Amino acid sequence: MKVLAALSGGVDSAVAAARCVDAGHDVTAVHLALSQTPEARRSGARGCCSLEDSRDARRVADMLGIPYYVWDVADKFSEEVVDDFIAEYAAGRTPNPCLRCNERIKFAAVLERAIALGFDAVCTGHYARIVNGPAGAELHRAVDPAKDQSYVLAVLTPTQISYSMFPLGDSTKDEVRAEAAARGLLVAEKADSHDICFIPNGDTKGWLQERLGVSEGEIRDALSGEVVGAHDGAHAYTVGQRRGLGLDVSAPDRARRYVVDVDIKTNTVMVGPPVLLDVDFISAQRPIWCGPVPPDAMTVAVQVRAHGETVPAEVTILDSAESPVIAHLTDTIRGVAAGQALVMYDGTRVVGSATISRSSRSPRSSQALADRSARA
Amino acid sequence: MSEVAIAAMTAELAVVGNPSSLHAAGRRARKVVEQSRELVAQALGAQPADVIFTGGGTEADNLAVLGLFRARRAANPDRIRVLASAVEHHAVLDPVQALAINEGAIVEWLPVDADGCLDVGALAALLADHADSIAFVAIMTANNEIGTRQPMAEVVRVCAAYDIPVHSDAVQSVAWDAWDFAASGLATAAVSAHKVGGPHGVGALLVSRTTTIAPVLFGGGQERGVRSGTLDAPGIAAFAAALTDTVASLDSRSQRVRALREELIAVVHEVDDTAVLNGSADCLPSIAHFSFPGCEGDALLMLLDAAGVECSTGSACTAGVPEPSHVLLAMGASPATARASLRFSLGATSTQADIAALADALPGVLARARRAGQMVAR
Repeated sequence: MKVLAALSGGVDSAVAAARCVDAGHDVTAVHLALSQTPEARRSGARGCCSLEDSRDARRVADMLGIPYYVWDVADKFSEEVVDDFIAEYAAGRTPNPCLRCNERIKFAAVLERAIALGFDAVCTGHYARIVNGPAGAELHRAVDPAKDQSYVLAVLTPTQISYSMFPLGDSTKDEVRAEAAARGLLVAEKADSHDICFIPNGDTKGWLQERLGVSEGEIRDALSGEVVGAHDGAHAYTVGQRRGLGLDVSAPDRARRYVVDVDIKTNTVMVGPPVLLDVDFISAQRPIWCGPVPPDAMTVAVQVRAHGETVPAEVTILDSAESPVIAHLTDTIRGVAAGQALVMYDGTRVVGSATISRSSRSPRSSQALADRSARA
Repeated sequence: MSEVAIAAMTAELAVVGNPSSLHAAGRRARKVVEQSRELVAQALGAQPADVIFTGGGTEADNLAVLGLFRARRAANPDRIRVLASAVEHHAVLDPVQALAINEGAIVEWLPVDADGCLDVGALAALLADHADSIAFVAIMTANNEIGTRQPMAEVVRVCAAYDIPVHSDAVQSVAWDAWDFAASGLATAAVSAHKVGGPHGVGALLVSRTTTIAPVLFGGGQERGVRSGTLDAPGIAAFAAALTDTVASLDSRSQRVRALREELIAVVHEVDDTAVLNGSADCLPSIAHFSFPGCEGDALLMLLDAAGVECSTGSACTAGVPEPSHVLLAMGASPATARASLRFSLGATSTQADIAALADALPGVLARARRAGQMVAR
């Protein structure tokens, strides 16, 4: 097959491309230039589009003996991922830019272009597996739970999955690093990238304030209603956040308080005890199914964060534009922010994803909470 | 590298000796360098004393731009204006920009027409208005992307009327056009060894004896104190051998390659009658530059590369991102057209089989690149 291997300059995509070459495919490497103003050097574990990364990617391609090109997707990335990231925060939601990039850039713009140019598949260093199932190619979790990236790939359609190759899905990170070293790839020891690539210094709050401005507002205790602090822009806060709140008034029981709600309209951040973060009802929109459209009611395991816990849930698909997916969880889950993805799993298979619009505690569990506080 | 260049270089590689040393080995190396200087001068119609060896064409251009500006301004602080064509190679564009940013130069970019040919009228008008504040004028002899030759005789004539020195980047031209530096009236001209079959990393700046140039590199005072640094005797010997050989076969090679170029143009137009040949009629035989409406240049390049045809688009930024060519933009092309453009280069080793390979690959390549192009437009 003619395969286009995306090389980021990191160890995973390098080993994925190498395995593709070993498998006998006709491989061409492409490095995606995502930033309009690339940093000269990689700063720590951040950034996936520095000049250093582009050079590393080129070195890997040279060592594998495959052609290497740079595709400039900076404008599209800026429009589809960065602008969306800002708009979502401005609306009080917490987006996941990696999912968005996979949905709109890597497996959309890049994949479509690859197919138009005559490639049969796109290969990346993501940790996930593609399994041939009865209804075609299925997306599954990687065998290494610590590295599994199926969560951020849950935006791929069956067609996109059928054109994708993830050669690392059956390996652990340690195996991949060892293999890179054995192959003499100089990126073997390179640090993993974790943070948001387009915020090179990792200061998301500062980055957002530069773009959304500073707007002072109140931090209130969700239980007492009392003003307990001030902030300089509610959009920089995320449900579940504990650090960097700078509260003036401590809770009566000196317990730690978390952001439990962000109200953009009144520019108010609500804080409270972690129990208020526990929800068991989630509604979500814009579903994307990674396989055949599932039945209207199903029991699946849901996950709301990359590498987060999973909880069994009854998911119902409604004929509603507002919230077509609703999930009743069998247990509570902590810290669900609007804008994040609700990913549904059937065992290791990814059923699909939807963007969380709202989460709450169902009446039944609210009663249980009230009983518990009454007893205390 | 050409065979004569490889022979000249390998003969020197095994011999120890710094041309600047006074002992026997040094004298021997010095002899090689000076013989080479004479050969280079002879091949280009210059005096041996005019030849300043450098580490390539880019260094020669930088030395001319920075050196002329600084020497002229030192002699007269009013001379802070630089006139350069908008289609210069980055080896000229970027040091000129640096003069504007770091040394207070006022830069006038001279326009070109739709064929990339300099508007001499615009140059003459600026000379008439600003002659007293102009440090120098830079116009390349022939463009490296589209091959258009510039009217250098006219340029030198209008500048000479005001006694303004002219630098010309001749890197592309020396392999194809007969040169007579003395008769050209140029103050300085940059040449590069690898464009004539010599090694990479060797070049020269020709500096006429009436021209004063300030050094850019300081150190041992080699090359008349203008370009310090130990001379690369093997590289210089190879440069001289390659250049001598190239100049000797100039007419026959130019004719042969021009015929190949005509074939290539016919092939392209046969496959795609919408393809636009860029550049003027007075153009180097070694370059055929096309715009393919609706295609993406980098997709074309990638697909042709896969088919064994090597070609290039404009330039790339430091991260390797292809950028629309400043040459095409200066000629009035839209960014989309500039991106849809491709340069085919022909050289001494090009054959009819290469043209046939292009003819085979091009139809499929264009169809795919157009599909990718539609995607970008969407």
